[in-house]
Parts: sequence; structure tokens; C-alpha cells
Amino acid sequence: MTTTYDAIVIGGGHNGLTCAAYLAKAGRKVCVLERRHVLGGAAVSEEVFPGFTFSVCSYVVSLLRPEIIRELDLPRHGLDLIPLESTFTPLPDGRALYRGPDPGQARRAIAQFSAKDADAYPEFGAAMSQIGRLVKPVLAMTPPDPSKLGLGAIMDLLRLGRRFGDLDTDARTLQARMMTMSAADFLDRWFESPVLKAAMSVSGIIGTFQGVRSPGTAYVLLHHYMGDIDGAYRSWGFSRGGTGGVSNAIANAARSFGAEIRTEAPVDQILIEGESATGVVLANGDEVRAKTVVSGLDPHLTFLKLVGRDKLPDPFVKDIERFKMRGSSGKVNLALDGLPDFVAMPGEGPHLRGDITIAPSIDYLERAYDEAKYGAWSRRPFMDVVIPSLTDPTVAPPGKHVMSIFVQYAPYKLKEGPEDWPHQREAFGDAVIDTLAEYCPNLKDIILHRQVLSPWDLEQEFGLTEGNIFHGELSLEQLFFQRPTAQWARYKTPIKDLWMCASGTHPGGGIMGAPGKNAARAMLKRW
Amino acid sequence: MTRPSPFHPRTAPLCESHAWKTWAGFLAVCHYGACGEAEYHAFRHAAGVLDVSPLCKYAVTGPDAARFLSYVWARDVSRLKPGRVTYAALCDADGFLIDDGTIARLDDDHWRCTTASPSLHWFARHARRFDVTVTDTSEQTAALAVQGPRSRDLLNDVTDGAVEGLRFFRVTGASIGGVTVEISRTGYTGDLGYEVWMPADNALDVWDALVGAGRRHALQPAGLDALDMTRVEAGFILQDVDYYSSLRAQVRSRMSTPWEVGLGWTVQLDRDPFIGQDALVASEKSPTWQFVGLDIDWEELEALYERVGLPPHLPAQAWRTPVPVYSGSEQVGQATSGTWSPLLKKNFALASVRTAHAAMGTRLRIEQTVEFRRHKVTATVVERPFFDPERKRS
Repeated sequence: MTTTYDAIVIGGGHNGLTCAAYLAKAGRKVCVLERRHVLGGAAVSEEVFPGFTFSVCSYVVSLLRPEIIRELDLPRHGLDLIPLESTFTPLPDGRALYRGPDPGQARRAIAQFSAKDADAYPEFGAAMSQIGRLVKPVLAMTPPDPSKLGLGAIMDLLRLGRRFGDLDTDARTLQARMMTMSAADFLDRWFESPVLKAAMSVSGIIGTFQGVRSPGTAYVLLHHYMGDIDGAYRSWGFSRGGTGGVSNAIANAARSFGAEIRTEAPVDQILIEGESATGVVLANGDEVRAKTVVSGLDPHLTFLKLVGRDKLPDPFVKDIERFKMRGSSGKVNLALDGLPDFVAMPGEGPHLRGDITIAPSIDYLERAYDEAKYGAWSRRPFMDVVIPSLTDPTVAPPGKHVMSIFVQYAPYKLKEGPEDWPHQREAFGDAVIDTLAEYCPNLKDIILHRQVLSPWDLEQEFGLTEGNIFHGELSLEQLFFQRPTAQWARYKTPIKDLWMCASGTHPGGGIMGAPGKNAARAMLKRW
Repeated sequence: MTRPSPFHPRTAPLCESHAWKTWAGFLAVCHYGACGEAEYHAFRHAAGVLDVSPLCKYAVTGPDAARFLSYVWARDVSRLKPGRVTYAALCDADGFLIDDGTIARLDDDHWRCTTASPSLHWFARHARRFDVTVTDTSEQTAALAVQGPRSRDLLNDVTDGAVEGLRFFRVTGASIGGVTVEISRTGYTGDLGYEVWMPADNALDVWDALVGAGRRHALQPAGLDALDMTRVEAGFILQDVDYYSSLRAQVRSRMSTPWEVGLGWTVQLDRDPFIGQDALVASEKSPTWQFVGLDIDWEELEALYERVGLPPHLPAQAWRTPVPVYSGSEQVGQATSGTWSPLLKKNFALASVRTAHAAMGTRLRIEQTVEFRRHKVTATVVERPFFDPERKRS
């Protein structure tokens, strides 16, 4: 039996599913093919140990576009976000910076380190909120092609230009700085306390093979700040049941519109006949035909593996090869018998329910990067820790907890080669636990199980080339109309009827859904 | 004078915000932490415990209890079996709403009913013809609402499984922390949840046992702000906000029939005489008002903010300042409470609108103030409750 679909979506990650949902909503016959047994790609929940469910890879949600939530009616399909309302940064000397939801409390906490910073902090927040509002429509845009500007593209740019034009000079300067500076330098212009700056700068390096002092990281900072929950910019949250809950909600929405979703259906090859993509070949040899194929995989996997260099123009192949992946982070997931007891803030309390950051100083972070530059994982890494079971008890048995530790740096390219990761994985995990245990000495006594994921594992298990969580770095030359390449940043590809819809396209990574939606819109325009 | 509730020795040290208000003469917590949002999420994702001791509570005993209650309430409870609870409207002789509350049959001749406002005088006035004793037990009975998806597991933990089979709107005896209590599967959050009733003298023992075990279930103490958000999501009316008691309303236009505030489903007309029966029979046919749910258009609201260069502003808690509702330029009603639903990502309001404009899907306009200026934004009549999870009844 041969069914011909209007579109095949390769990969059931959250962007692939979003694209499928929008195509199906527009009445197209869509089939999603996912290699693994679960949906979600890197936005996935799995019961790794009995009773303990982890957001195995990505672990918090902020960027998911509110219009996608509304248009796909995701809450009705199971989406459920719980805000993280604080950031707790314990320091090695036993002090702590705890920024809770009460501005007055946050002010006093910062004032311990600098009274001036405490006052500047809300001003910084207001400025970021302004830029976030400004950037918002850019996220929903198909990037213009600067080489051939049509009337529509010119209109888009004019509208965009007018938004920027409406800004005052200060805000425009701020925007320019954010696009070019390092996170550390950018924050230097606002704050003096190294403790506060370190805690804030880490948003500039997440998922990036750069240090807090590397130019361009201020943009990554913005990328993490532009998310909004309920109209409040730079707020982050958990998804109930883990980040897989987001993917499942999108999948349910897609199914409600008639999309077909298959798991354990790995795609081996994209079928190309003449100039056009006509379907895919599965690992078991089955062919699935469709009028269009859209890839939810990263650009490397899509073009260099599933299409093949021989079917693509040389310059394009070169561009894709040069598109920087460079995974830099790892993940340690712990099943715990109780709660960690921090020296800096002993006992239980709201500080454990929010974000816990191990980033005591700019120098600490830069040193962690130094090791990674030369092909070693950081012995004392930056860590972003959350304990979702405190607000969402569905993910652990009563009285037990799950802890997610995002760790940087863990370079894909070890000096011994990436394939050495399986030998170094547990030592890396030990270093993470040892470092964290300096801040909460009871940690080792309460660990029931542990899962360590290196960038190598992220590549092998989740199909993230070089373990890059964003499908390619968020560096300036890889953004907007250059993501993934200058000529092909509008979700189209050099192969007719083959499209891209994931984080390797504008506006990039994170559980955002924007690439998926933008791609679907671009495809539907062509139909 | 405002009094502390029986739980005050426990709730006061936890109330870091010092945000209190008065509720029926008692001090009640608005929110424990800096804001109520975490407490709202506890109700919806784990469990929250709320001190509801200020509710007005009445014990009704005697051989005529069932007949009496069926006479004063606009609902026939004579066939309600022991162990069951029902929800009903209290009306005056003209069929106007006085109060709303629950009626629980604890035993054959032992009932408990609750009301929002003190109602002893009303009960006493009508009890004379019946062999019944009505006692105001508000001060002697303390109560906790334990609400949220984890509430069942938590209560089973502290009662050796007493609520395992307890169905929606049933009540059972149990023991918590050595104290004999009643647990009803009722509440005001529209979620899986229970209310625990106990002697005020032993309130702290119950609190300690419950909150102690609650650590295993992510239980959080929650205040009235969180409750208000959940009750709007659940579409429940609130006295003095969405309607006024006819006994205190000074003008006719402030009085409502049960048909006009969405309580028509609780009214049973065709039976032995009861207070307000004739008037209710007459008013059923042509209610002037309907109580509806409104979904306020987000894109339009966001566009108004965008026009002045601001991100959309959402109040952090439910609101209860009446706002006009229009059809075209004609005012056809008013929204009396509303909330942003963090769960559903929608901006909801509860409103009274003229019957002609109450059909599902009707597009009305609601007044919204953006940067000191008043605007009208589309608000669509939608199903109420806004949030109705399966677990509430399952």
C-alpha cells in the first residue's frame, strides 16, 4: 500500500511536531517519522529509573512562543507550565546570592555585594524587557534574503526598521552592544559586583562553546532573556511531567488536526528524484512518499547524512560543513532520596524550588572555559541545577526527588577524540558531583541513581550533531538570515520540496517552536 | 474585633508576606510568600492547604432536619443519604438569592451546612415550625481545604486510606493526628480536593500531622489569592463579588434569582412547599440576566499595549472590580471578577449579561484600561468552568 502524504516531517522533536501541527491544521496530510520510541527529541521526558522521570536533555521552558500555545490550544492538549520563581547562587565562602520573586528581597540580597548594583538591577530588567519586546516580532519572521530583496522582504525590513527607529538612542546603543559584546563586558557596563555579574553572565554561555569573556556572548544572554511567560519577559518555568510534556502536547494538537505520528521509524535517506525530494527511505527499507519533505534534524544530519554531499551544490556543502556545531555541555540527572542541604542556605525552602546556579565568579567561569578550549572537560564546571519534583511531585515517588544538572563545559572534541567520551563519562560525572558536594555536603549520601550524558551521548542517542543543544551555535554569523547559511535561511533548501524546520534555522534553539511554525508558514505560502 | 483562626499559631509564622485580610471576622492569609503564584501552582500541580475556618457552619439536628433543610434551601435534600453532600441556593420568599453553600448529611438526623455570610437568624426564623435544632458551630469547628492533584495521596497517607474510595461530594469520618475529623470531597478550586472538618480545640494537631506528611507530596500552605484564581478558573460565584445577598441589597437591581447567577441547576421546584417556591416558578421562565464566562481576546489586548510601547501587563492575582461589558456601544452587563489563567494561558472573566447576549460564542466587548485610557476589547462567551479536569470527579 502506498500512501502519499503532502508532507513528511523527519524527527519528532518539538519543532518537527510544531511544523506538523501547523501543516495539519491547514488541512495538509502529514506524517511525522521519529527514530526513537518516544517523541520530543531533546524536549523529552523519560522514566530513566523506576518512579523517577527526567527531562533528560532540555529541562526548562521560557521561549515557547505564546502565540503557538494559543493557536494550537496547547493547554487543552496537556501543556502545563510551572514558573521558576527564584535564582539561588551559593558561594564557596558560605555566602549566597538569592534572588526571589519579591523585588525588595532581591534588592537586599544584591546589596550584600553592592548597594549600587541593587539599584541598577531593576533598571537592567526594564531595559531587557524593552529589548525583548522589540525582538519578539523578529522571532516570528521568515528572515529576508539580503541577496534578493523582493517587495515583501523590503516591507518586512521597513517595519522592523521602524520598530528600532522608535527606540531612543540609549536603547539602540544597548541593542548594538548586545549584538557584539561579551556577556562579561556587557554586564560590566551595568554592575560592579563580580558575584552578581557571574550569576547573570551564565545565560550568555549556555549551549555555546565560548567563554563569558568571548565577544558575541551578550547575544546569547539576550536569547535567554527574550522568552516571556504570561507577558513577563525572562521568566522560566518547568513543564509538568518534564519537558516531554511540551512535545506531547504539541503532538496531541497535531494528531487532533489529523497528523499521523510514527515512532521507531528511523529515516535513513531522503529520496531525491530529479531536482526534488519525493519521500524518505526508512532504516527497514520501506519508502514513504510525499509531495514535500521537511527535516526537523540539524543541518549537518539533514544534508550531509540524509541527502548526501553528491546531491548538493559544492558551495552549499562547504557552508554546511563550516556551520559550527561544537557541543559544549553535558547533563547529569540524579534520583535523590531527600533534598540537598546547602551550606549557604541550610534546610528546605523556596531557594530549592527555583534555579540553582554554580557560578561563583567570572574568573571561575572563564577558567572552566580555558580547560575546554584545549579539549578537556571542566574540572570545576558551571552548573545550572533544578529540582522539579519540589513543585511537580509527579516526577518522583513521594519523599524522593529528581535533580537535573546542566553542566558546562563538556567539549565534544576531547583531545583524545570524541569517541573517548564513553571512557571519560563517569569521571566527568564524578567531577560534577564533587564540585556540587562542596556546596551541599549531604549530596553524595542522598544519591540513589545517576545518569551522565556527555555531548557524545547527546549525539548518539538524540541525534544532536557534536552534542550541540541548539542545532548549531548561536553566534552572530550563524543567526537570522545566515542560519544555517546566507542563501538558505528561509526554511527552503537547494533541493526542491525539501525544507528545514528546526533549531538550525531562524530563530534558533531552545524550546521555542518558532522555527517549526515559521517553516510551516513558509511552506504553506508555496502551496 | 478581628480574631485569629484556630490555625493562627501555625499560619502566622509561615506568613512571610504578612499579607492578611479579614474574612467573616477572622484573620485570613492572602498569600504566604512574596506573591501567591506558587500557591496557585501548588493547587493545580501538587497540593495546597488553605485555612477555611471562617466559613459559617451550622449543625442541624433533630427528626425534622431533612424537612427543614429542604424547606429553607431551594433544593430537596430529603433523599440525600448519610455520607453525601450537596450544593444549594438559599433564597428569600421572593425567590431572590441570599447565599449559597453546601449541605452535608453526616448521619440520619445530623447535618452540617455552610454559608458565606452568617445565616443563623434566617435559619432560626424558619425553624420554629420544625422539630429541629440549628446551632452555629462556626467557632467550634475548624476547617482546612486540602486541594490539588496530590490531595488524595496525602490524605490517604495521614488517614490510612480513608479517602481512597471517597467519591465526589461524599463525606466520611476519619482520624488525623489522633483527632476525629470529617473529610468531605468538596472545595472551591474546581480540582481534586477535600475539606477537613475538626473541633477547633484540636486544630493544631491536625495541621501538624497533615503538613508534616505534606512534605512528601509537595504540599504548600496557600492563601486566599491563590484560591481566588482557582475559583474563577472553576467558574464559581462569590458572594458580595458576583452577587449580593438579597437580605442586604438595598435596591432591587442588586438582587439576583438563582437562574441569573448560574445556580439554576441546583434549584428543585416541583416538590413540597419551600421558601421562595412560587416566585422561583415564575422567575424561571424569563431571567433578565445570565451568568457567563468570558474569554478576553489576548491579541487585541496585547496590541493595545504594543501601541503604547509596553509589554502586556497582567495583574498577578484575580481581580474583582466590576467592569462594563458591551455589545457594540450598548452596555449589556458587567464582568464582576476575572483572572489570568497561568495554566490555560487565557484571560478570563465572569460576567452578568442580559439574556439576549448570553449565547455561547457571542462576541461582546469588555472595557480594559491600558496606560490610563479605557478601551474595549473583544470578549467571547465561553463554557464555564474554564478549567474542569477529569480528576475532580474521578
